[in-house]
Amino acid sequence: MSVLLPGSLAEALETLAADPDLVPMAGGTDLLVHWPQHTEVHEHSYLDLSGVEELRPHRWEADELILGGLTTYWDIIEDRRAWNELPLLIDAARQVGSIQIQTRGSWAGNIVNASPAADGVPVLMAYDAVVVLESTRGRSEVPLSGFYSAYKKMRRSPDELVTEIRVPRRAYDVQIFEKVGARRAQAITKVGVAVTRSDAGWRVVANSVAPFVCRCPAVERILEEGTEVRGPDDLLPAIREDVSPIDDIRSTAEYREKVLARLLYYDLLDVCPSFR
Amino acid sequence: MSGRRNDPIRISFTLNGEPTTVEVSPWERLLDLLRYRLGLTGTKEGCAEGECGACTVYLDGLPVDSCLVPAYQVRGRLVETIESLDPEGMAHYHARGTTQCGACTPGVVMTAEWIRRHPNRLETHTVRELMAGNLCRCTGYDGIIEGIEGALEDREAG
Amino acid sequence: MLRREGLSKLTGRERYVDDLPLEDFLWGATVRSPAARGRISDIIFGDGVDWSEFVIVDHTDIPGRNAVYLMEYDQPALAPGYVRHVHEPVLLLAHPSREVARRALREVQVIVDVEPPALDFRALPGPDLIQYGEDNVLKRLSIQKGDVERALAESPIVVEGVYETGAQEHVYLETQGMLAYLDDDVLVIKGSMQCPYYVVKALKPALNRSEEEIRVIQTPTGGGFGGKEEFPSMVALHAGLLALKSRVPVKLIYDRTEDLVATTKRHPSQIRHRTGVDENGRLIAQDIEVVMDGGAYLTLTPVVLSRAIIHAAGLYHCDNVRILGRAMFTNSVPFGAFRGFGNPQAHFAVERHMDVIADRLRMDSVELRRINMIRDGQTTATGQVIRDGVDRLQIMDRALALSDYERRRREHWVRNSEHRYLRRGIGMAAFYHGAGFTGSGEVVLDSRLHVEGHPDGKVQVLCASTEMGQGQITIFIQLAADRLGYDPAEISIAEPDTHRVPDSGPTVGSRTAMVVGRLVERACDDLCRQAGLEIAVKANGGALVKEAIIAWHSAHPGERLLGKARYEPPPGIEWDEENYLGDAYGAFGWAAHVAEVEVDLRTYDVRVLDFVSVQDVGTVLNETLARGQVQGGVAQGISWALLEECVWKDGAMENGQLTNYIIPTSGDLPPIRVEFVEFPYEHGAQGAKGIGELPLVGAAPAVLNAVAAATGRQPTEIPLTPERLMVLLGSHAPGEAR
Repeated sequence: MSVLLPGSLAEALETLAADPDLVPMAGGTDLLVHWPQHTEVHEHSYLDLSGVEELRPHRWEADELILGGLTTYWDIIEDRRAWNELPLLIDAARQVGSIQIQTRGSWAGNIVNASPAADGVPVLMAYDAVVVLESTRGRSEVPLSGFYSAYKKMRRSPDELVTEIRVPRRAYDVQIFEKVGARRAQAITKVGVAVTRSDAGWRVVANSVAPFVCRCPAVERILEEGTEVRGPDDLLPAIREDVSPIDDIRSTAEYREKVLARLLYYDLLDVCPSFR
Repeated sequence: MSGRRNDPIRISFTLNGEPTTVEVSPWERLLDLLRYRLGLTGTKEGCAEGECGACTVYLDGLPVDSCLVPAYQVRGRLVETIESLDPEGMAHYHARGTTQCGACTPGVVMTAEWIRRHPNRLETHTVRELMAGNLCRCTGYDGIIEGIEGALEDREAG
Repeated sequence: MLRREGLSKLTGRERYVDDLPLEDFLWGATVRSPAARGRISDIIFGDGVDWSEFVIVDHTDIPGRNAVYLMEYDQPALAPGYVRHVHEPVLLLAHPSREVARRALREVQVIVDVEPPALDFRALPGPDLIQYGEDNVLKRLSIQKGDVERALAESPIVVEGVYETGAQEHVYLETQGMLAYLDDDVLVIKGSMQCPYYVVKALKPALNRSEEEIRVIQTPTGGGFGGKEEFPSMVALHAGLLALKSRVPVKLIYDRTEDLVATTKRHPSQIRHRTGVDENGRLIAQDIEVVMDGGAYLTLTPVVLSRAIIHAAGLYHCDNVRILGRAMFTNSVPFGAFRGFGNPQAHFAVERHMDVIADRLRMDSVELRRINMIRDGQTTATGQVIRDGVDRLQIMDRALALSDYERRRREHWVRNSEHRYLRRGIGMAAFYHGAGFTGSGEVVLDSRLHVEGHPDGKVQVLCASTEMGQGQITIFIQLAADRLGYDPAEISIAEPDTHRVPDSGPTVGSRTAMVVGRLVERACDDLCRQAGLEIAVKANGGALVKEAIIAWHSAHPGERLLGKARYEPPPGIEWDEENYLGDAYGAFGWAAHVAEVEVDLRTYDVRVLDFVSVQDVGTVLNETLARGQVQGGVAQGISWALLEECVWKDGAMENGQLTNYIIPTSGDLPPIRVEFVEFPYEHGAQGAKGIGELPLVGAAPAVLNAVAAATGRQPTEIPLTPERLMVLLGSHAPGEAR
């Protein structure tokens, strides 16, 4: 196993350009799970980013919150402005694992790990976040909602690093995040959903019900058009159009689909006149 | 920047207040470094996956699962383990049944003492939420929560 | 008295087996069967490893019998060519580098000619699945009282139910671990365990060594709950075999995943009730069948089954009872002891069934229990006359009062009709647990204990009981201090070392305070006699005792002053082991739990809002420790009911990680409120009865009875995961769910 320890972003990008097979490592909260038992991963070569200090800070601009490539969940939990303005980031952050994980896990790491159950991704996507990728070839910006194309497949080239996540600052009149796991903390999401409404329209983002975290356009259409919904079952056709939950070790397709419908129905009952 | 296969990495960091320099293997976890190389066996391994919190230490003053921290990542940083805590501060836990078998206890105490030092976090979080990263199989958590509440009252009073 | 070793644990100074400083040793690793059944046709060692660096042990290296002796010699230490369950140990490896040992595990392939495994204990096995006796029945037991068939025929109402419980893993925070090394000719074993003498008894026949040639020492143990009752013998034997072959110390510490998937678990069960009642709810007949998954090797299955059937009818009086018990061989990873030991399974069924009966009769389930609860002078299913003077109705009523049961029930009714998707319910369970070993089990154990007086006047208790968090060390110090009139600071407990302490029996079965604690007291009395004193009295008695001990040593330099005690059964216990008749236990602990839950009909999640437990464990010896035992036991019971599920595939546990074998975090449990009602037991230490297992026994049915109250449906299977609750409730909109 070898580990390369760049001290700056420029150095990191050059190193990665020279060897795109390097596995970037941030906090290690995904990679190091069962590390001693996974002896095969000890054969890999890693690009450790923990020394690239410039990626850690986040900043508030006039119209955006910009998360750094190494900004952690805890960094945001400790930021009062986030509680006031972008509370779904807080809801999601405090339901990731435990505080010991929140102090080490990064929003960007969560994005590039590309788990269908990723908890940071739905809220970022519901806030219309944009992913900034950099390489020696330049910089590109990809809306998070278009970042994934298939299971673990994303619009990131091997020589690119996520250096920023740009979150628009908007007024929202609906902000909901629901995470359903096996227990109150330290739980992998069985089914989750983030919903926002602003002048930009409705956003409905679900996780753990498809090969990747995704928006639910058919459900969003129902909300935009004010279609009548008389019970959770009325949402099922749209849900089935948007997502494809499976049976796995944690839960069942039937549960995921049904609970997603029920969460949406009950949580939106008070804010959607078309819901009865 | 080191480069070649399996090369050990020399790191300097502050451990329990003392400057420490050591060579680590690239695949060594902070937990392994503490327990097997530095003889600090107070920090325990319970799951190897960041679920149980028995391996909790402070990294730059924040609680982390040391089983998920590559040892080389602590270079230039502050690491504190259970061995750095003042035994005098354990009285509340001792009085209230916070420990039974003791296997989760060092991790529990580390998180509990962090809460005690940062009570402002209780404006937004409950004690139970902050402790949810420390699994205990013996107590059902009441002894732990009561120990922490006792410690917090004392802090207010004192 | 505060926990003696509390500060050591709180400061991280307490040393568990993996903490012991050690140089020049080998790490052990276990190669296991990938298949549930079949003949090992080949073992392939991969090319990428220098095997000459390794110590390798297979079944041919076993000097004596290839068996881990427990009740029988059926379980091999290393599979001798045939495997009966996934993860069965086949080979042992040892290497100075833990990393290299781990890599090597991937490089050994055990090739098995697979045969069809028997994996469903509920199904009658077809001829190709028979692997034990003629019918795969490991053990059959029955209890008969009165005439159940006639009584059922005459019952106005018969209520049936089938209840199922799943396996449960102990998840002690410290995994299994042993250290083995040779000290001259003595094989020393140090490690995490509940029963040092069980380990000795297992190692002797396998290694052809005497007790003098084997020394077993318990290190501080990070949780047991029964999971370290018998399994450590296997780990110890493996470590010992490696140490004997290598002549170098060997440390064998299980990974969490390995521990989850390869060690013993609670026996899964399916229990059928057919109950005859009259219109007023009086029990006329109880016909019960208890079936358990016995796994691939016997372990302690017959005793678990025994305890299950003895308690299966609940703490009610009924003249006609038939309980048939059956443990089935399957090719599952063997099941073993787990806190409650068959009784949680039994009480899940009977206490759930009582609520089902109440529902059928449209009567209050509390009233149903009140009418039928056993009174002094009445007999249990085995014909044991209960005459302990315990006011069981008081225990139940106290739990109902503390939980505000009636008022909350009414509140829930209103609230549930108003809220869109939250439903609250409150439920109870009344239950009991026999303390100590069944029948003449304690006589067979023949426990012994010593108390030594040292030349400086200090006193030390020598016994094989082990501290695993339950507070044994502290309790024994208290008992000795009280008995001798000593300051507890002058009393210590010897490290459980089989070369130094007598066999006071295993630390199991809720016997430690009650039975072994009593031996502490009697040994203290004997110590005084040996020192030339009448039995010590408190108040100034302590000073006299200390003086006498010091004086004795002056008069006998170089000698040891030991007070001794040996188990004596309480008078009047008569148990017929063959017919399962008579006094199953000398004492019972009695309890009632009340659970309040909230069901979220959006997610089918069940949250326990409040939990009240009222326990009679005789005299409470230490309030903090006792409360901790109850809270911990309740937590494990709640968790077994709602969260813990072993996902099986082809006989292997698929969810072998703490991320997907779910135990509660601090956010998943309410404060657990405990009250004790004391009915001292004259033959227990200071009047104590067993405490360790009782609290777990009634937790699952209390929770599920609350869920039934909240939803109007009758769950019959645990774990009641949200997915199962969803199926149970069908596709009702919230308004229709009641």
